[in-house]
Amino acid sequence: MKRRSVLAGLGAFLVAGCSKLAQSGPVSSLLDAAEDWNRNLHELLGRRSALAREFTPADVSPDFRGNGTVQPPGAAYAAHQQAGFADWKLDVSGLVEHPLSLSLDQIKALPQRTQITRHDCVEGWSAIAQWTGPQLAQLLAMAKLKPEAKFIVFRCADNLNGQDYYESIDLIDAFHPQTIVAHALNGAPLPVKNGAPLRMRIERQLGYKHAKYLTGIEAVASLAGIGAGKGGYWEDRTGYEWYAGI
Amino acid sequence: MKKRHALATRLWHWLNAVCFVVMFMSGLNIFNAHPRLYWGQWGFERQDAWLVLQRFPGWITIPQHYSLAEARLWHLLFAWPFAFGLLAFMVASLINRHFLRDLVTGRKEWRWSAIRADIVKHLKLDFDHPGAKFNFLQKLAYGVVIFILLPLMIFTGITMSPGMDANWHWLLAIFGGRQSARSIHFICAWTLVGFLVLHIVLVLLSGPVRQVREMITGGRIEQ
Repeated sequence: MKRRSVLAGLGAFLVAGCSKLAQSGPVSSLLDAAEDWNRNLHELLGRRSALAREFTPADVSPDFRGNGTVQPPGAAYAAHQQAGFADWKLDVSGLVEHPLSLSLDQIKALPQRTQITRHDCVEGWSAIAQWTGPQLAQLLAMAKLKPEAKFIVFRCADNLNGQDYYESIDLIDAFHPQTIVAHALNGAPLPVKNGAPLRMRIERQLGYKHAKYLTGIEAVASLAGIGAGKGGYWEDRTGYEWYAGI
Repeated sequence: MKKRHALATRLWHWLNAVCFVVMFMSGLNIFNAHPRLYWGQWGFERQDAWLVLQRFPGWITIPQHYSLAEARLWHLLFAWPFAFGLLAFMVASLINRHFLRDLVTGRKEWRWSAIRADIVKHLKLDFDHPGAKFNFLQKLAYGVVIFILLPLMIFTGITMSPGMDANWHWLLAIFGGRQSARSIHFICAWTLVGFLVLHIVLVLLSGPVRQVREMITGGRIEQ
């Protein structure tokens, strides 16, 4: 019976203790530190520049699940939706030499990349689809980043639980060839549930990084002072990892 | 004096026990974010799932309330001692010959008559097996856990990471896609729980106080 009581005690310690432990200083910082170790281990085991697997049209899933916001609130978005997003503008701003404000037609006129990739949600489900749009690297080259720019922040026409959705990535991901500003899903304009008219594709990271309803791309030196400072809506709100490659 | 359990075995046994419990309970919390399983590369609709469950109750998850973010932090922190602990134990057990001496089976042990005799002995709760540390069924169970189930947990776990998938395309190819890998991860986790239950029951039936003491102090081999 000794073993059973040891186990029961261990079990009680674990279930009761973990929630409290997680809030205590040292354990909380250990949990946070592990996030850095995980990213460093990734950089040790592989290259951040590696390409995500690209699939064939036969692999595409019959639908692409809409998750999080599937219909942005507000009259302004509704008016754009009504007008077929004819007046939608994507601003490239912040630490750039030449700020841009691009229409959908201008974005579609740029050289395009089409890729069939798997989307992995942090919740555990996956979907495969074909995405088309210009590489983010190209927009950043047009706007010309200033040397002090370290992160790219994505602004969205999306408000969830009273907070504006936003996301951010570092320059390795920003200049990755598979990082595109997608306007088409499986050859058709993006559906509203998937982020019409523009969304990011940050392949090799989980779904919450792929900001939908994109209105702005902002180059910044630091993420402090944006939202709650953790680099994204879910990072601020629930503590998802900023590096979503795991 | 010769110890019954090597220091490396004892250290890893208890480290792994704690890691497994935390990994399993935080894993159930993560599973609760999408309590369905699929085969293949993709899957998100109920009708495509081979398993549809309700959320696991809070008493069996870490943390006890539903929090995908916190559960992921626990899971990914304990993945370190879980994976590297197994690796260290494997290296140590090759060096101290624990694997070769205690776990390797001989051809005679795979005869059906020998296996049947071993099962009958187990059912009679007769756990004496002079001449070797473990009987055949023990070797088989420990071998499957150490060399198949635990490595499968680690490698299917790695394929949950889109960043690692971009670097190791071959690993996901082995498992037949990310949703298959997630299903295998879940199945192996519950198989390990099955092993844990059996393991504890057999310890309780075969002198639990002595067994636990020996797994802590090392015990000694009677001459």
